[in-house]
Amino acid sequence: MTSALGSAPAGSDTASRPGRGDTRAPVRPHRKRWGRTVRWSGWLWVLPALIMYGVFVLRPLVLTMQYSLYDWNGIGAARWAGLDNYLTVFTDRDLLKIISNAFILIIFFSFIPVLLGLLVASLVRRITTGPAGTMVRTVLFLPQVIPLVAAGIAWSWVLSSNGLVNQALRAVGLDGVTRAWLGDFDTALPAVGVIGTWVMLGLCTILLITGMSKIDPSLYEAARIDGAGPVREFFAVTLPSLRQEIGICLTVTIIAALASFDIVYISTSGGPGIQTTVPGLEIYRLAFSQRQVGLASALAVVLMALVLVCVLPIQRLTRGEK
Amino acid sequence: MNLTTRSERLTGRIFLIALVVVTLLPFLSMLSAALQPRGTVPTGLAWPSDPQWGNFADAFTAANMGALLKSSALIVAGVVPVGVLIATMAGFGLGHLRVPGGHLAFGLLLLGLTLPFEAVVTPLYYQMRDLGLLNTRWAIILPLIGLYMPFAVFWMRAHFINVPRELSEAARVDGSNTWQLFWRVHVPLARPAIASLTILLFLWTWNQFLLAIVLVDDATKRTMAGALGAFQGQWGTDLVLLCAGSLLILTPTLIVFLIFQRQFIKALLQGSVKG
Repeated sequence: MTSALGSAPAGSDTASRPGRGDTRAPVRPHRKRWGRTVRWSGWLWVLPALIMYGVFVLRPLVLTMQYSLYDWNGIGAARWAGLDNYLTVFTDRDLLKIISNAFILIIFFSFIPVLLGLLVASLVRRITTGPAGTMVRTVLFLPQVIPLVAAGIAWSWVLSSNGLVNQALRAVGLDGVTRAWLGDFDTALPAVGVIGTWVMLGLCTILLITGMSKIDPSLYEAARIDGAGPVREFFAVTLPSLRQEIGICLTVTIIAALASFDIVYISTSGGPGIQTTVPGLEIYRLAFSQRQVGLASALAVVLMALVLVCVLPIQRLTRGEK
Repeated sequence: MNLTTRSERLTGRIFLIALVVVTLLPFLSMLSAALQPRGTVPTGLAWPSDPQWGNFADAFTAANMGALLKSSALIVAGVVPVGVLIATMAGFGLGHLRVPGGHLAFGLLLLGLTLPFEAVVTPLYYQMRDLGLLNTRWAIILPLIGLYMPFAVFWMRAHFINVPRELSEAARVDGSNTWQLFWRVHVPLARPAIASLTILLFLWTWNQFLLAIVLVDDATKRTMAGALGAFQGQWGTDLVLLCAGSLLILTPTLIVFLIFQRQFIKALLQGSVKG
C-alpha cells in the first residue's frame, strides 16, 4: 500500500484537498470547479463495488465474529457464550492438532516450492525465449489453471495403492515401502502436502526465474571478480535481489496452505482420523454437519488472524523498505 | 551469464525438465487409467492394449457435461462482466478521481485481500437462505462478486493511479463529463489491466469449489469445480470413469488456457505480484 501511494504522481496531494490553489495557473479555474463538484460525486463510482463488498463480505465477516461469541446450532435460539468458543479452540487437543496441521502444510506448500524454485532459478537464470521456453512456462502453469479439486482427484489416483508412485517404487524393488499413501496414518499429511507442492512449484519457479532475469548481470561479474563461488554468489547477489519475488511466493503459498480446503476435502476428507484435517475443512464440518456454528465461527476468526499474523510481516520485510 | 559454468547450466536444464515431467505425470496417469476397459483395476501408468476412448463418451453422459458447461458459463457470465465493471469504476474513482476520504474505502477493501473464504461462508449460507437464494446460481454469483472486490479494485486502482491527470484535464477542456471521460479515454487505456483481471476472475470463478458445495446442492447448478466434487462423490469407486470424467471436466479450461496462454501467464504472474 505504501509503495502504491508513494508512486502517485506529484501534485496529487494538493489535488486531494478541494479548494486549495494549484501552481499550474492556466488550468486553475477549471480544476477548481472540477475539484469541488466531481470529487464528492466521485463516490458514485466507488459505491457499487463497496456495496457488493459490504453486503457479501463485511456483513458476513461481522456476523462470523458475532456468531463466535454464541452457542448456536443454526436453528434454535442462540445462547451467549462469551469467549468460551475461543477457549475451546485454544485448548481442545483435536482443534490444536488441526491448526498445527495447517502449519505443517506450509512446509510443503511454501518452503519446498520456494527452495526448489530458487535452486532451479539460480541455475537456469532465464528460460530460453524460443518455443521451448514457452512450452516450459505453459506446462509449469498447468497446475495453476486447473481446479484444485482436479489436482486432488489426479493425485488421489497417483498416490493410491495401485497408483503411479507405488508402481515406480515396485519397479526399483522397494516393494516394502509401498502403501496407500493418503490412507496411511503416518504418511497422509505429507502426501496431501506433496499435492500442494505440485500445485505451487511451477508458479514459484516461474516467478523466481522472471525475477532472476531482471538482475543486472554485472553484479554477478563483480562477485566473480571478487572471487565468490556459486554458493557465496547465491547468498550475496541472488537472494537479496529476489527478496520481493520470494516475498510474493511466500505470501501466496502460505495463504493457500493455511486456508487449504479443496485438496484436503477431495483427497482425504481430513482422514484417517483427523490426521489431515485443516481449519478450513473443520469450519465446514462444524458449521454444516456438527451444527456447532459458534465454534466454527471462532475457528474461522482464528484462521483469519493466523493468516494475517503470518503474511503481514512478510509484506513488511519484502516491500516496506523499497 | 557468460560466467555461469557449463555444468551449472546443464544441471539447471535437467532440473527444469524433471519439473516439467513431474508436472505432466499425474495427467498422463489419469489418461492411462481413463482408457482401460470399464470394471478393470488399472495400475499407475500403463498404456492400454486396447484403448477405450468410448469411456469419455460414457463419462460425458454420466457427468451430464452439457448441463455443467451451461451452468458454469451462466455463473461466469453473472460474475465476470459485473465484477470487472464495478471494480474498474471503483478503481477509477479511487485511483484517478481521488475522491475525498477514498483512502478509508481503500483501507477497508485491503482488509479483505487476505481473507480466507472459509471465514465468511457460514454467515453467507444463512444470508442466502434468508434471501431465498440457496440452491440457485445467484447464491454463488452475488457473494463471488463481493469477495473479488478487494483484489479487483486494488488491481484497477494500481492502473489508474499511474494515468497522468493531465489526460483528464485535456478531455475536460473539450467539454466531456466524467462518464464520457471514463468510457472514451480511460477504459480504452485500461484495456490490458481489464483483460488480465477478466482472465483471473474467469479462472477463479470456474474453479470455485467451497461456495459451490456449501450454497448449492444440485451439481448441475454449480461451477465446474463444484460439479467435479459431486462427480467424485458419485463415481469415486469407478476409477476408470472418474479419471475419464475428470479429464473431460478439465478440458474446457485447458482449451481456453492453451488459446490464451500468453495472456493467462501474464495475468497470473502480475496477479500474484500485486495480490
